[in-house]
Amino acid sequence: MSTYDVAIIGAGPAGMAAAIETARAGLSTIVLDEQPAPGGQIYRAIEASGPARTRILGPDYAAGRKLAEDFRASGAHYVAGATVWNIDSELSVDFSLPGGSKQIRAGSIVVATGAIERPTPMPGWTLPGVTTAGGLQILLKAQGLVGDDVVFVGSGPLFWLIAAQMVEAGVKPKAMVETVPRSRYLAALKHLPAALGAASYLRKGMAMIAAVRRAGVPIHTDAKEIRIDGSERVEGVSFTSGGREHQLATTSVALHQGVVPNQQVTRLLRCEHLWNESQHCFVPKLDEAFRTTVAGVYVAGDGAGIGGAKSAALRGRLVGLAIAEKAGKAGPEERRKVAEELAREAKIRPLLETLYAPSPEILSPADDTLVCRCEEVTAGAIRKAVDMGAPGPNQVKSFLRAGMGPCQGRMCGLAVTEIIAARRGEPVSAVDYYRIRPPLKPLALSELAALETDEPVPADIQAEAEAVH
Amino acid sequence: MFKRVEETAGTAITFSFEGKELTARAGDTVAAALLAAGERSLRASAVSASPRGPFCLMGVCFDCLVQIDGVPNRQACMVAVKEGMSVHRQDSEPEAVSL
Repeated sequence: MSTYDVAIIGAGPAGMAAAIETARAGLSTIVLDEQPAPGGQIYRAIEASGPARTRILGPDYAAGRKLAEDFRASGAHYVAGATVWNIDSELSVDFSLPGGSKQIRAGSIVVATGAIERPTPMPGWTLPGVTTAGGLQILLKAQGLVGDDVVFVGSGPLFWLIAAQMVEAGVKPKAMVETVPRSRYLAALKHLPAALGAASYLRKGMAMIAAVRRAGVPIHTDAKEIRIDGSERVEGVSFTSGGREHQLATTSVALHQGVVPNQQVTRLLRCEHLWNESQHCFVPKLDEAFRTTVAGVYVAGDGAGIGGAKSAALRGRLVGLAIAEKAGKAGPEERRKVAEELAREAKIRPLLETLYAPSPEILSPADDTLVCRCEEVTAGAIRKAVDMGAPGPNQVKSFLRAGMGPCQGRMCGLAVTEIIAARRGEPVSAVDYYRIRPPLKPLALSELAALETDEPVPADIQAEAEAVH
Repeated sequence: MFKRVEETAGTAITFSFEGKELTARAGDTVAAALLAAGERSLRASAVSASPRGPFCLMGVCFDCLVQIDGVPNRQACMVAVKEGMSVHRQDSEPEAVSL
């Protein structure tokens, strides 16, 4: 088994930045990432993006190219297409590659698995043709694909960014259905003075919304009672806005209610997590050096709490520097400078988190709305399980199989926790989250059988593992 | 419908979905290639047999599961499309696999 000083899970901005620092300090570094190229989702396909896509996606996206170049040149051992499926308390990491699984051991682990979109349970959200808004942006970044009939439903910076990028691409969205309740604007106003410290973000945000408006895209605000209609696939969206009922015909709906840390790895490792009320999600408990409560395990980037791409790269650098410092390969001065930059980046967050908090409707879905997409468990069934005495997500999982399907709770976990907390009248932090177990992603038995050991792998098992990939 | 705003440098690739011949571009994932070809529903859900298609496009929702070259439970959004690939709905009859 190979041993590294540092193993980094994820090659987005945080993972790349951390790797650059640890490799610069002379620490042997391995970076494992599921995608075929570095960049994470935010800089997805950054190395392959041609002039048209780069223009549409804008300078904030293009900024990722330099980071990817520096990462490629860093000397870190980068493994693309590697799916991490287990990490144990000895910091052994199991991961799948075409041809089978491998195992490495690391002195320190940096979890840089970023964010996923918040679960958005609403009527009809499982119909083909419904995607996350981020999913549509991935198609644009990675394949240059843009849908011509998209109704966006939700809120948040990404909600407007993607719409503005589509306008730039010349394929404007069909409509924007924004769920921000009117009262939020007043609540957000008190964070405006602090946000002025990050005025460039405010300007960019205003410019995005203005571009969508100028393109003549209908914008429906304060939308409620949202329902996606269709039988075999999306046919339309219904909602109320401005005191009227609306029905829009469409074949494509893009949902967005912000992003939340991807907790699978830190939960698997039994790191302590805290409820962040402002971000409305769990975040791993970290010290000033981004160390979790599990020895040797660090979290960098949006997985440590949502901060955006720039902040993710800064936190990646900080983690890399902290590990280098611990190894006696760096001093604290550089870390202090980066931390100051990080604090400036954070000034926009309270405004965004207040204005774009998840909509009340998705936090409290109607009884007949599916919450767990895999096992098709409704909000009503979860409430009934609570009434029968289920105290938390793990008991609801045992009763109903919620969170037990192939996504392993990624798509329902936060929603299930919130529904239980509301029903029990308890704080979300007390209800907590699913217990995450290995494998982090389903894997073929043939792959387990072919796990690289000192024993030679029988030829037939090797052939089967290769066929799987 | 999806349009391409940029012709990815990749060459044209021929693959099949449910026996129907389709064209993709090198660099497409199976999910992207199917969406670009106008396919939306890729499987029936395990419990109620409701239609499902790609949702997150980043490997976390598992709603785009398909059979690829006879192997079920593959995430269409995580697999690069290859020349001659045979893709079937997850709920189709299993294809004979030659290993």
